[in-house]
Amino acid sequence: MNFSEYFSLLFSDYTLRTISLGTALLGAICGMLGSFAVLRKQSLLGDAISHAALPGIALAFLITGAKDSNVLLLGALVSGLIGTFWIRSMVTKTHLKSDTALGLVLSLFFGFGMLLLTFIQKQPNANQAGLDKYLFGQAATLIEKDVQILLLVTTASLFILLLFWKEFKILLFDVEYANTLGFNTKFLDILITFLIVLAIVLGLQTVGVVLMSAMLLAPAAAARQWTNKLSVMVGLAAIFGAFSGVMGTAISASQNNLSTGPVIVLIAGCFVFISFVFSHKRGLLLREYKFRQNRRELHHNKTLLFMYEIAKDHKNIEHPHAIKILNNFYGFTVKTLKQLETKEFILISGQNWSLTKKGYYQATTMFMQNEIKNDNTTN
Amino acid sequence: MKNPIAVRVDDLTVAYNYKPVLWDIDLEIPEGVLMAIVGPNGAGKSTLIKSILGIIKPIAGSISIYDKPYKKQRELVAYVPQKGSVDWDFPTTAQDVVLMGTYGDLGWIKRPGSKEKKLALEALEKVGMLAFKNRQISQLSGGQQQRIFLARALVQNASIYFMDEPFQGVDASTEIAIINILKELRKSGKTVVVVHHDLQTVPEYFDWVTFLNVKKIATGPVKDIFNDDNLTKTYGINYKVAINK
Repeated sequence: MNFSEYFSLLFSDYTLRTISLGTALLGAICGMLGSFAVLRKQSLLGDAISHAALPGIALAFLITGAKDSNVLLLGALVSGLIGTFWIRSMVTKTHLKSDTALGLVLSLFFGFGMLLLTFIQKQPNANQAGLDKYLFGQAATLIEKDVQILLLVTTASLFILLLFWKEFKILLFDVEYANTLGFNTKFLDILITFLIVLAIVLGLQTVGVVLMSAMLLAPAAAARQWTNKLSVMVGLAAIFGAFSGVMGTAISASQNNLSTGPVIVLIAGCFVFISFVFSHKRGLLLREYKFRQNRRELHHNKTLLFMYEIAKDHKNIEHPHAIKILNNFYGFTVKTLKQLETKEFILISGQNWSLTKKGYYQATTMFMQNEIKNDNTTN
Repeated sequence: MKNPIAVRVDDLTVAYNYKPVLWDIDLEIPEGVLMAIVGPNGAGKSTLIKSILGIIKPIAGSISIYDKPYKKQRELVAYVPQKGSVDWDFPTTAQDVVLMGTYGDLGWIKRPGSKEKKLALEALEKVGMLAFKNRQISQLSGGQQQRIFLARALVQNASIYFMDEPFQGVDASTEIAIINILKELRKSGKTVVVVHHDLQTVPEYFDWVTFLNVKKIATGPVKDIFNDDNLTKTYGINYKVAINK
C-alpha cells in the first residue's frame, strides 16, 4: 500500500479511519496539554507519569482478569496519579530536587510494572498475551469505543482550557502573583496536572509507556519556535500533534511491520528538527543569518568611519583617495568595498575610492552617534 | 504619625523546615508612607512581604490589612515580585503581562475586555513603556521588564503596594523613573513598602524604614532611626555607612 492508496482507503476503510482518527485526536490533545507541561518546566513529568502507569495496567489485569482496554487504562490512571502525587510530595516534603523525585518514581514504578508483567506472562492461562503492547503501543488495537473516549476527553480538555484560559496563563507565568490576586493556584495546578495524566494514560495503548513523553513534548517544543503567543502555541502544538498522528499512521500502514507509535514519535521529532532550524522567529538559520549580517554591518561601518576620517580634512569630500591608504586599516576587504559601492556610499575608479554625498552623510551621522555615546560614558 | 495603620503584623514567625527565617515580628505600617525594608541577605525581607501577602504560611502570628485579614482585603493590595522570579521567555507580550493586573478584579473565568485593555495601556504609559506594548517580553531589557512589573501592579489600583527589590539590576534612568512613580503613589495617599538593598539611597528615596535581620531591629521615620546604631545592629559590628544629611 502506498500513500495515495492510504488516503483513498482513509475514507473507505473502517479500521484505518478509526485508527487515523484516534491517533490524530491523541496527537492533538497531547500537543495541547504538552504545551502547558513544557511551559511549566515539567517536561519530564510526562515521562515519569507514563512509566508510573505500567504497574496500574498490570494490577488491573491481575485483579479483574479482563483485557478490556478501559479497565486497564483506569488502572493506569490510578497508578499514574499515585506516581504524580508521590513526586509532588517528595519535592515539597523533603530536600530532594524534582529531577531526583521524577527519576525515582519513574524507575521504581516501571520496575514494579515490569516485574508484574513477567509474573503475568508466567501464568498458565492464555489470556495474558498482549499486555506488553502497552510498552511500545499498538495503534492497530484502537477501536471505535477508544476513539469515542479520546474525542470526549479532547473536547472536555479543550473546554476546560478555554474556560480557565486566563487562570492557566497566570498560573504558568507567575504562580505567586496569581496567589495574591486570590486565585486558587493549588486547584488550577491539580486540574492541569490531572488533564496531563489523563492524556498520557489515553496515549499508552497507541504510543506506549516508553515513548509517551515524546508525544507530549515534541509538538509543544516545535510550536514554541514559531510563535510568541500562548494561544497560537497551544493551537499549533495541537495541529503538529494531530498531523504527526495521521502521518505516522499513514506511513506505518503503507509499510508492513512498522509499528505506529515509534513512527508517530519520529514524525513529531521531524517537526521539532524543522522548527529548530527553520523557524522565522527563533530558528538556528535565522540566528546565524542575523549574526553574519550584524558582523558585516559592523565591518561596513568601521570601514566607512575610517574613510570619513580621511575625507573630512579635504575641502571636497568627494575627492578621490588611493585604496592603498586603507591598507593599514585592519578591517577592510575588497568585498567590503564592493558592498559599500553597491550601497552607493563610495565610488571606486581604478585604484582610487571616493566618498559619495550619501556615504558622507551616513558616516557623519554615525560619527555623531559615536560622539554622543562617548560623552555619555565619560559623564 | 496620626495616620491609620495600613498593615499590622503581630508576633509573626516563619520557618522553612526547622530554621526560623522570621522570628516574632511585630510591625505597624502607617498609611501613606514610602517604606524601605532593609537588611542583609537571608534576613527574611522577601519572606516578610510574602507572608503578609499570604504566599507563605507562617508558623505563628497574624497579619491584618486595615484591621481585616488579607483574604478580605485583596483588592487593596498590589504586589511587584522580584523580576527573577518568573521565566521571561514565556510566550506573551508586555501588554498581556500588564493585563494580568486586572485578573484579580475580574475574578474567575471572566476575560479582560476593552475597559481592562484601556487600563493596561494607561499603566504602560505611566511607566514609559507604551511603545513596547506588543513586544515579546523576552526581548525587553531588565529595566523594561521591571517597568512592566510595576505597570502590572499599577493596574491593580490598590491602596498598598508591596515591591520586592524593584531596583535590582536596572539602570539609573529606570531607577529614577521608578522612584518618581513611587513618590507619586505616596503623594496620592497610597502606602508603598519596598524591599531595598542600596543603603546609600534610603534617606533620599524613603521616609520610613524597617531594619530586619530575622528579628525586627527597628522601624520608624528615616530621619529618626536611620543611623549607625541601627545599621550596626542589623548588618554586624563593623558596618559603616555614609548617611547623607
